[in-house]
Amino acid sequence: MTLTAFLQNVINALQWGSFYALIALGYSMVYGILLLFNFAHGDIFMVGAYIGFFVASGLLLLVASLGIVGLPSWVVLVVTIILAMFITSFVGMAVERIGYRPLRGAPRASAAITGLMIGIILETGNLALLGARRLSFPALIETTTYNIGGVSITNKKIMIVAVSLLLMFALHQFIQRTKWGMAMRATAYDFTVVPLMGVPLNTVAALTFGIGSALAAAAGILFGVAYPVLDPYMGILIGWKAFVAAILGGRGSIFGAALAGFLLGFIEIFVATIFPSTLRDLIAYSIILLILTFRPHGFFGEAHTARLRL
Amino acid sequence: MLPGTILYILLIYILPIGIIAKLGASVANKAAAQLLNFPMWVSVIIHLGLLYATLHIWSDINAYRVLILRLTLVAIMLTVSLNVINGYMGEFSCSHPGFMALGAYVTSVFTVFLFVDDKVFGDALLQPTLGPFLFPIALIFGGIVAALGALIVAIPSFRTRGDYLAIISLAFTFIVKSLIENLEFVGGPRGLGSQPDWANLPTVFIWTILCIWIINNFVRSTLGKALNAVRDDEMAANAMTVNTRNTKMTAFLFSAFWAGVAGGLFAHVLRYVNPGTFSLQKLAEVLAMVYFGGLNSVIGSMVGAVGFNLLSEALRPLEIYKWIIIPVMLILVMIFRPTGLIAFKELDIKSIIKPKQKDEKVEIEHAVASR
Repeated sequence: MTLTAFLQNVINALQWGSFYALIALGYSMVYGILLLFNFAHGDIFMVGAYIGFFVASGLLLLVASLGIVGLPSWVVLVVTIILAMFITSFVGMAVERIGYRPLRGAPRASAAITGLMIGIILETGNLALLGARRLSFPALIETTTYNIGGVSITNKKIMIVAVSLLLMFALHQFIQRTKWGMAMRATAYDFTVVPLMGVPLNTVAALTFGIGSALAAAAGILFGVAYPVLDPYMGILIGWKAFVAAILGGRGSIFGAALAGFLLGFIEIFVATIFPSTLRDLIAYSIILLILTFRPHGFFGEAHTARLRL
Repeated sequence: MLPGTILYILLIYILPIGIIAKLGASVANKAAAQLLNFPMWVSVIIHLGLLYATLHIWSDINAYRVLILRLTLVAIMLTVSLNVINGYMGEFSCSHPGFMALGAYVTSVFTVFLFVDDKVFGDALLQPTLGPFLFPIALIFGGIVAALGALIVAIPSFRTRGDYLAIISLAFTFIVKSLIENLEFVGGPRGLGSQPDWANLPTVFIWTILCIWIINNFVRSTLGKALNAVRDDEMAANAMTVNTRNTKMTAFLFSAFWAGVAGGLFAHVLRYVNPGTFSLQKLAEVLAMVYFGGLNSVIGSMVGAVGFNLLSEALRPLEIYKWIIIPVMLILVMIFRPTGLIAFKELDIKSIIKPKQKDEKVEIEHAVASR
């Protein structure tokens, strides 16, 4: 592999890693704080992409009908991302309220099943409401290709990686610097005792789901910008893969989840370039199996011997 | 559409069954009381024979019913075997589609290679008449390969307690699917067809009964009790001389074996398999059946598998909305009975085969006393 091809693949891997990392953060936060798997998360990613589609289409219509000319194209994109993140966070909170809060104290696996079922409802509901036709995400920004020493980079790829890094940084700041972030960290440390100290567990849980869903929505819109075809089942595979990344990063480790997301992107892209691309999943997941064999708690997870609550 | 469906089921199934059951109850109870005079296995075999006869007559009407019935029986095997891991052992395993795929493919290759004139595998090596006798060996072989696959999952994941089984088993499912897609001699993504038609209703029925019987004995054995102890408190179990690692390994491999057998039967019921069948959809389906029926209960798993399949057939007229109604029902089950409908309940053969009515209690006691 030449250097240019290598760099080209690095850029592609960064792009895919951004999607995985943003989704994995949601899994990791929920898992870190409530010790639950949120299997509806991949479908929240899908819902986020659809909400982004409607928001973007609506905004484009609004801009056109108001007759605003000369508006920079990125303005619509930024507004779309922010609005869609805001709306999708309520979807996440609703999932928590319906599927997870009634099951607090129940076996954790039961909550995983409700999550799985809510995911199916979201997929099917989408299919029933919008039909089986695929929607194409509106082109919000025009593709410009830069050529740097034989490596072609599109502005979309730069934007995707930049936005996802920015969001991760914002999340980090939120968790480290704010009072609610502190509440989340405390709950992650011990969710039996900390609520006794006056931390509202339900609010923290809802907030966690909300933030995770907002990040998934951002990932959905970025995905829509890069691959502008939306279908109701787009979230399943990417969601489960991000789930793998979240665990690979270590329990509840934000940094670990982000890193593992990028790592998964790198493994997948480079396996596909070196070997026949049909072997991608086989080799990528064998590598992950090996990593987990030697580091069973992921990269940044702590060994916790707490017994499973069933 | 929903009221129509409910009315149909009520009129065609529930009402006649109810009437016949009401009228036949006293006769049946007397017969059951008489059966208590014989050894238990006689009674069990007669009951199973009657069950099979009912299923056979019901399904004889058309091929579709036979297919659905056989798939339901295979689903029972899968659910009961997954319950060993997710219910009795208390871990969360996502690798059942992978085990099933291994079993399905190994069994199919075995039978197609030996008994079918196939383009890929050449002419049949053995007489087709030998086939039905060697079919059990093929299934067991498939199960063993699935158990060997389970070893790959078990070795890394049982070193520590925690949720790592969930993720490793999920990775395993991806790996198996991808592996099969890349094996050109079994057809790759196109799948493998032309399996001989040996998984007829009696075969599947017998295998299902065998599976339920063996798993039921397994979970009530010392090993099964040790498994429950490991689930409830691994450290305490360890202190009580339970070899936790070996217990978990054995149970996991055992469960994978039955998943492999179920996969082999599944392949021969459909007479075609492709890797896409053993995807995340299948995983969601099996998990739903286990948690719907109830954890830690063989009878619960049977109810879960049958209930789920019946529901999904009965709601077929609703088309797409079926996949909204079924998840909603499952969520309701989870909210009101978090461990499933019939959880933590043993399959008690004696209470099933004994007469049910209270006023005949004297008669039963008499019958027991006369033995």
